[in-house]
Amino acid sequence: MAILKNSLGLRAGLLSLLILAAILGLWQIATMPTAASGPAVDPEYAKLVGNAAATGSKAALPTPADIGATIWGHLSDPFYVRGSNDKGIGIQLAYSLGRVLLGFGLAALAAVPLGFLIGMSPLVYRALDPFIQILKPVSPLAWMPLALYTIKDSAISSIFVIFICSVWPMLINTAFGVATVRKEWLNVARTLEVGPFRTAFKVILPAAAPTIMTGMRISIGIAWLVIVAAEMLVGGTGIGYFVWNEWNNLSIANIVTAILLIGLVGLALDQGLARITRLVTYPE
Amino acid sequence: MFKDPFDPKTFLGRRCSCGGRHAEADHARLTAAAQPGSPEVRGEEARWSRVVDAAVLRAVFPVDAQRRLFLKTVGRATAMAAISSVLPLGLAREAFAQGGAPEKKALKIGFIPITCATPIIMAHPMGFYSKQGLDVEVVKTAGWAVIRDKALAREYDAAHMLSPMPLAISLGVGSTSVPWTMPAIENINGQAITLAMKHKDKRNPKDWKGFRFAVPFDYSMHNYLLRYYVAEHGLDPDKDISIRSVPPPEMVANLRADNIDGYLGPDPFNQRAVYDGIGFIHLLTKELWDGHPCCAFTVSKEFATQNPNTYRALLKSIIDATAYAHKPENRKEIAKAIAPANYLNQPETVLEQILTGTYADGLGGVKKDPNRIDFDPFPWNQFAVWIMTQMKRWGQLKADIDYAKVASEVYLATDTAAMMKEMGLTPPDPSKKTIMVMGKPFDVAKPDDYVASFAIRRS
Repeated sequence: MAILKNSLGLRAGLLSLLILAAILGLWQIATMPTAASGPAVDPEYAKLVGNAAATGSKAALPTPADIGATIWGHLSDPFYVRGSNDKGIGIQLAYSLGRVLLGFGLAALAAVPLGFLIGMSPLVYRALDPFIQILKPVSPLAWMPLALYTIKDSAISSIFVIFICSVWPMLINTAFGVATVRKEWLNVARTLEVGPFRTAFKVILPAAAPTIMTGMRISIGIAWLVIVAAEMLVGGTGIGYFVWNEWNNLSIANIVTAILLIGLVGLALDQGLARITRLVTYPE
Repeated sequence: MFKDPFDPKTFLGRRCSCGGRHAEADHARLTAAAQPGSPEVRGEEARWSRVVDAAVLRAVFPVDAQRRLFLKTVGRATAMAAISSVLPLGLAREAFAQGGAPEKKALKIGFIPITCATPIIMAHPMGFYSKQGLDVEVVKTAGWAVIRDKALAREYDAAHMLSPMPLAISLGVGSTSVPWTMPAIENINGQAITLAMKHKDKRNPKDWKGFRFAVPFDYSMHNYLLRYYVAEHGLDPDKDISIRSVPPPEMVANLRADNIDGYLGPDPFNQRAVYDGIGFIHLLTKELWDGHPCCAFTVSKEFATQNPNTYRALLKSIIDATAYAHKPENRKEIAKAIAPANYLNQPETVLEQILTGTYADGLGGVKKDPNRIDFDPFPWNQFAVWIMTQMKRWGQLKADIDYAKVASEVYLATDTAAMMKEMGLTPPDPSKKTIMVMGKPFDVAKPDDYVASFAIRRS
């Protein structure tokens, strides 16, 4: 059994590598420099424009080798500071992570107690439901102009945007988890004359914990998606600003580097929460 | 640098061998300073204070040997204290430099990464701010709406804006109304209409029906000039073409993606489109109006009144940097200074082509136009009035306003002129400015008639 499982893992790994190689190969072929086909250009003119424009075409996408070199360049010096608008990619990622964790943490502090309240009281659930339903589908970036206008601080505004986008999944999941705790358990607690607070912490919380954690996992995924967009909008620092700054320079190699790193960090965040979820889940 | 007069080893002779009333050691410096425009004319608090100290010491000790003996015996600190008790050196220094120490030294200035902001940006790497004793951080910002909101929220102490923006903010057009001032223009000219490569045979605006254009902001010279240009060719900019607001850095990417057909935008993005083979330069805006204003250095009225010395020091650095950028021989050095990722994040050759005016046009030709972009700080009130007539013409400004009053409140020509004079530059006569847009003269005394004279208008 173990061997079969191993060999399945092995085969899956091999297949992944094969897919990667195929993608890189296709990419390399697609971005191969074509022989100069356009009309011959005045050499004085050619000096003033990029290679592609000099041969009468548009600038092409970088090859995988270009990207590799760029990634290596960033990873070998991730924490440089060359002025307030030019910092290493490690520092930018740290800024973004800091914002996400802060906004997410605040959202958790607000959503879990409120979700508990909503889940335990059908009255509150019904009263708050219309607000939640209207606010939940609003794109978090739509809040940005309002936040900038009212909060008057771009740093707090971006944290607010993270807060507002990560609060809903946690709120709804907490309420759902709390509301669907098995009635038998609550009845047992009632029979044993357990106080309401003790019931909440010793019965409901452990029972609802896996659902709450799932909500958190959804939230952090959304928060990490949103921070890039928010930072592109507001600028200053963060991985989103990095992408925007390299977009200014039409530097696709740098943007691809950022995309890969954003993906890796997102994966790490998700896996971290998945691990915590497993810790609080227990077999019935 | 002047020698420290409180150093007993320093020799402070009273007369120079040239016969002038200055020390031998100061000869070269002082004669150089007499020529306006030389780098020595620039104010430098530290240097002034030494000049003042030296003058005071000379008055107290007419014989230089006595001064040195005195300093050697009692020491520098005692000497300074003794003399300060008779004559407050600090006050004398201040009076001489005509301004006290800045109230606020650490400042944040927001900018958009375009060549229009050259003086604001280059003043950082090239030390124009630190020369005035300011510790300025220049912060790159994503778009005009964000820079406006950050400036209004006091996150920035001063900001790079488009020249119509301080007017719009002061009038409360497209913004909350906050008194805003513009003590200096950054650049004149320096914009262009860039079209996608596929339109290289459609050079006549009459063929542009249905085109999608981008401008940086609704309240921009770009918007007004593009509207003016197509309207002169018989197209209604609201009906026959569409104009949308796109942050300058995103223009090239949008042109490449075929989201727009062209733009009237700031450099480096016109030249960048050429560099990447995406578009060509249809015309430079200087061909529409030679000497038109574009971007501006702005502060809130509140900041200027609450921090008068900081405001003066800041304005001094900006005028200083603008005067430096005005000189063609400095342009290559500037291109190098502002190209890195911390500032414009562009290939150096692109910036050099823009600033020197020898550029590839995107169609295989090399053009030479040294005035493609120029830097001139003087905030002519005539510019403000022209801009407001266009706000009126296109329906952005509905109310009747006193053009001249608003212009003089926002475009601080008097401040700039005084500062220029102080720095040894020659300010122009504020009343002498003629504006000619596409061959049509503008009479600043009759703004309403000017608006009414256009066939295509919204008001």
